[in-house]
This record gives sequence, C-alpha cells and structure tokens, in this order.
Amino acid sequence: MAGGQHQPIGVLGAALDACKTALLAFGLCVPIVLLRTDQDISNQLILVPRPGLTLALVAIAFASRFIWLLAADWHGRRPARVARVPVLAGMTLSPEAARRFAVGGLIFLFAYPMLSLALVGPAGSIKWIDNFGIQILIYVMLGWGLNIVVGLAGLLDLGYVAFYAVGAYAYALLASNDVVKDFMAELIGPWFWPAWGFWICLPVAGILAAFWGIILGFPVLRLRGDYLAIVTLAFGEIIRLILINWVDVTGGYAGISGIPRPSFFGLPFNATEDGFAATFGLEFTPLHRTIFLFYLILVLALITNVVTIRLRRLPVGRAWEALREDEIACRSLGINTTNTKLTAFAIGAGFGGFAGAFFAARQNFISPESFTFLESAVILAIVVLGGMGSQIGVAIAAIAMIGGTELLRELEWLKHIFGADFDPTQYRMLLFGLAMVIIMIWRPRGLIANRQPTLFLATRRAISGDLVKEGHG
Amino acid sequence: MSVPLLSVSGVKSFYGSIMALKGVDIEIAEGEIVSLIGANGAGKSTLMMTISGNPRAREGRITFAGQDITRLETHEIARLRIAQSPEGRRIFPRMTVLENLQMGAEIDRARHFEEDLARVTKLFPRLRERLTQRGGTLSGGEQQMLAIARALMSRPRLLMLDEPSLGLAPIIVRQIFDAIRELNRREGMTIFLVEQNAYHALRLAHRGYVMVNGVITMQGTGHELLERPEIRAAYLEGGRH
Repeated sequence: MAGGQHQPIGVLGAALDACKTALLAFGLCVPIVLLRTDQDISNQLILVPRPGLTLALVAIAFASRFIWLLAADWHGRRPARVARVPVLAGMTLSPEAARRFAVGGLIFLFAYPMLSLALVGPAGSIKWIDNFGIQILIYVMLGWGLNIVVGLAGLLDLGYVAFYAVGAYAYALLASNDVVKDFMAELIGPWFWPAWGFWICLPVAGILAAFWGIILGFPVLRLRGDYLAIVTLAFGEIIRLILINWVDVTGGYAGISGIPRPSFFGLPFNATEDGFAATFGLEFTPLHRTIFLFYLILVLALITNVVTIRLRRLPVGRAWEALREDEIACRSLGINTTNTKLTAFAIGAGFGGFAGAFFAARQNFISPESFTFLESAVILAIVVLGGMGSQIGVAIAAIAMIGGTELLRELEWLKHIFGADFDPTQYRMLLFGLAMVIIMIWRPRGLIANRQPTLFLATRRAISGDLVKEGHG
Repeated sequence: MSVPLLSVSGVKSFYGSIMALKGVDIEIAEGEIVSLIGANGAGKSTLMMTISGNPRAREGRITFAGQDITRLETHEIARLRIAQSPEGRRIFPRMTVLENLQMGAEIDRARHFEEDLARVTKLFPRLRERLTQRGGTLSGGEQQMLAIARALMSRPRLLMLDEPSLGLAPIIVRQIFDAIRELNRREGMTIFLVEQNAYHALRLAHRGYVMVNGVITMQGTGHELLERPEIRAAYLEGGRH
C-alpha cells in the first residue's frame, strides 16, 4: 500500500470507497450474521434476527476502510522513505545474539517456577507453571519435533498429531496395563513398576511413535509436496478414528483415565511417609509434582533441541537440508533420499511420541479429543510462523501462539463489555489466522528466517598455500 | 580404443509412453572428453539422466568400469563416482558455498575435504571469495562453477556436465570451458559433456557424438565433426559463435 506514486484519494473519495466496503460487508453479513437459527421452548426452530450486531459489523467495516484510506493518503503525501521496511523485517539473529538469547532464555526457564512462586505465591503459581509453562513447553517440543520433518527435511506433514497420539496412547496403555504390572512385580518386585514405570514407558512410547513414523514413511515418501501433505493428513485422521472406534483397547470417546503419574525417580508425589515431600522433609503440596513436570518437559524439550542441533551438523542432518533444497541434486550426489526422508520422519515422530507420553502422564487422562487435526495445524503453524528450520523462531512462535491462547482465558473482563456470553477463547482461531496473515506479509519466511550455516572454515587452516600449489587430484 | 570406462549400448528410454532414446550407443574411454551435441529435445539430457538411472533404461545396457549399472538406483550410481552437474545447476540455494561443496564430498565421506577444497578453488578462484555466501546469492556463472566444483568434490572417475554454458555470458562460458580443459589435462579427468553450444563443445572434445531425435546420427573426433558441412549447417552457421 501507499507507494511513492500514490494518488491522494481525498476525504470524499475515501468515504465513497468505505461505503462500497460497508455494502460488501452488509452483503456478507446478511446470510451469515443477520439471522441466527435457534430453538424455542417447544424445540421448534426459529430465526432470531440480529440487526444490531449486523449494523455494528458494517459500521466497523466502514470505519476501518475509511481510516485506512485516509492514513494511506497521509502516508503517500509524505516524501517516500528510502527503506520502507517494517521493524520486524530486521529480525535476523546473528549467531552471538542467538546464543545470548538462548542462554538468557535457559536461565529464565530454570528459574521460572521459583520466580512465579515468589511473585504470586503457591496458589496462584500453579496456573502459571502448569497452564503457561508446561503447556507452552509441550508445544515447543512438538514444534521442534515437527521442525525436523518440515523445517529441515522439507516434508510437509499435516498429520503430526498422529505420532503425538501414538506416544500418548502407548504410554497410557503400557503404564496402566495390569499384565505388565504383574509381570514386572514377579520379575523384579512389586515396588518397581509404580516407581519406575514412567521412566520405562516414556522411551518405549517414543520408540513406538518413531516406528509408526517409519511404517507411514515407507509407502508415502515417494510422494512430494501437496500429495504427501494429503496422505499425512489422512493418516492423522485414521489414527484418530482408530482411537475412537477400537473401544476394547482405547476406550473410544471415553478415553483412558487413571493413567499413572510419574514419580520422582521412585518417590511418588503424595502425602505418604515415603513420598517425595516426606523424604525431603517438605510439607506436602501438589505443587511439587507440577514443578517436577515443568522441569521434566523442559529437559525433554532441551533434549529435542540438542539432538536436532547435533544432527544438523552430521551428514544425515546436512542431507535433510539439502533434500529440502533440491531432491534431484541430492540423488546425483549419492544420497539415498528414501532413507534420509525416513530418518527425518522417524526422528520427528519419535519426539512427538515423547511429548505424547509426557502429555498422558501429566493429564492423567487422554481421549481422542486431544488429537484432532486442529492440533496438527497448530503445531505446523508454530513451525511456519517461527521460520522453517529455526529452533529459536519455533520456540518464540510456540510461546506466542500457546501463551496467547492461555492469555485469552485471562480476558474475563471483556465480558463486562460484550456481555456474559462472550468467550474470548472462541476467537483464538481468528487471531491465529490474523497472526498468520500478518507474518506472511511481513516475514514470508517466518519470524527468524536466516539459516545458520553448519560449516565454517577454520580460518588458519583454510586452503593454505602449499595445498593450492600441490594441485593433484 | 581400449576398454571404455563407460559404455552405453542399445539404450532405449521412455517418458511415459514416449520413447526419448531410441537405441543409443556411446562409449567413453578413460581420460577422454566426449561431447554430445544436438538440438533442443534431441534427448541429450535424457541420455545423461538415463546413465544416472533416472529414468532407467527400459532396454539396452550401461556398464561403468566393467560393472553393469543399468538397474542401479541413482544414488548407487553416484557412489560409483559418476558425478553429475545436472541441467539447471541445481545447487542448494540456502546453503553456503562451503556447505554445497561439503554435500558434494559426502560420497568420499569428506576424507580429503580440505585438499579437494583447495583443488576446486584453484580451478575456480571466484568460489574461494564466496565460500561463506549462500548459493542462491551467486551469479549464474558462479552457480555453474559451484555445480561443477560440487561434482568434483566426490573425486569422480567420470564427470558428466549438462549444458554448463546455458544462459551464461560468452566470457564466463570461456572461463568454464577453460576450466574443463584444464581439469582433463592436469588430472586426466574423464568428462562427458552435453552441450547445445556445438562450436565450443566440439573444439574442446577429443570425440563427439551428434544426437537427433533420440538417435546418434554422427560421431568422430571433435575436429572431424567441426569440419563436416552438415554440422556446420545445422549447428554452427545459424548463430555466430
């Protein structure tokens, strides 16, 4: 908008244009907003006209267009600036800045539970640690897991939630299975499974999810781009439908409840004598478990991150990135593209499975409702918004998206303005959409778009003169 | 001619039901530069791609250093050290020049990385100044140099170049062809060159083949072919070089 050669439109012109916009808004509002279907007392369908709301929306459309045009006018009259780049476009992180940001973020994250305890006290901090901290970190981990598949290897996976679900159900079924429990009780002792079950089931769930990644990968990785996206989308739905319909095993819609919670390396978080609190001489509070879960998911997410960063520097990670750039060139350079894709899929799925297992242990209850397509979309949105392949970008996007959603719950006071029916969380998707559009305009490659090279010249050793003269090959 | 390094015999190749190669025979001996020229759509690139196994030859036989490679996967063929600089260069645009070269060295497990790096940057000094730059920010000529250098990083026994002069200014074309000649003279590199630029390609080559509609119609030494009136008429007189 509003380039150097912008023709001033004038107040009258702007008003006329805004009228057209209002007319358009009115046309859209008549079928969508004006009439609402409702049931009256005798369960009859009735139409409730909402002229007030319709008029308000039309007025908003008019006003926004009018102001927009005038603002553009005003911009256009000023001398054209050399660089009309939005502030955000400057956000390319230098390696040092990224490192400082990461270290600062880490210190903050490790201090976070204590900080919130100190600031809002034990009662208030559960919300901040659980709803914000743990919830966001789960999505950071999922984002990093999917980042391997989408960001690094360039395989568009719309069904990532399937692996999250596999991990969660694998954990839930294994940890609460009596046969396994009895077997372990006989093999090692009855104390073993309640204490260490979580720590055994967690990796098993991750491995199972990775295994499913390979199973899905084999048939579909011949596909590319849109076709791969569609098949993965379908796979996500298939897993969900199986979870719903295989009632004997998964409990169908009812889900699985009473999933064993993790223990502190053998010490349960309860008020008993050999519980965590008693052992360490603390007063029992459920907050201990929450804080433990926070650190657990923090460590899991960090493991995901470290593994990804390491893998990027190994041949397989380089091959992923090269694959994203050009598959044909990869093959002509002797890279087995099928295996490369499979490893990306399996490792990404494995991390999704870990996150799922953690989710099941934290919730204590899972049902297919937690694994809808919307979840896949949110995770993918996190990766895309963050900047494909950028670890820090993904973390920032997860904080913004998930933290933003949680913040919407805090906006209760809006009810005083819009009435008691108003639920700000209902507008979550609208805001996601808005965020997407804005990001795609400002930063088409995501928040942090610059890719850090993984290979540097050790300056002193680089191409020394004698090597150049040698010239043999 | 002794036992050829690469021999293609009776190869037929299809895109769907369209026969692109209709029984092609060529041979490339160790240490030779062999050029394949022909018009657009003659099947030159298809032949190179078929040697690389994509698409596979439906009939005929391709052997490399005595081994039948007709049915091998593309990456397995590449691992036998047949390096290819594909049509359109296909460098990795978001990766740095250095990383591009590293990808090329993957076959060699980067055992001679620094030595090879010195070797290719000596061949293309322009690349040395650009090592930390992203591939996509290079000029067309530099990208072509990078594509060739990347192929060289695998220490190939056979280097296949698909239209290295495509879309480049004459001075850059000359630089690249000089580099190819030097590579062959100094290191004895065997090179298979697919080109539309018939004059340059044939002047450079020890031997040449002419392809028309998926069939080899002529062959001979580079100079012989350059002298032939029909070649002059079809590929040289039309556009001055």
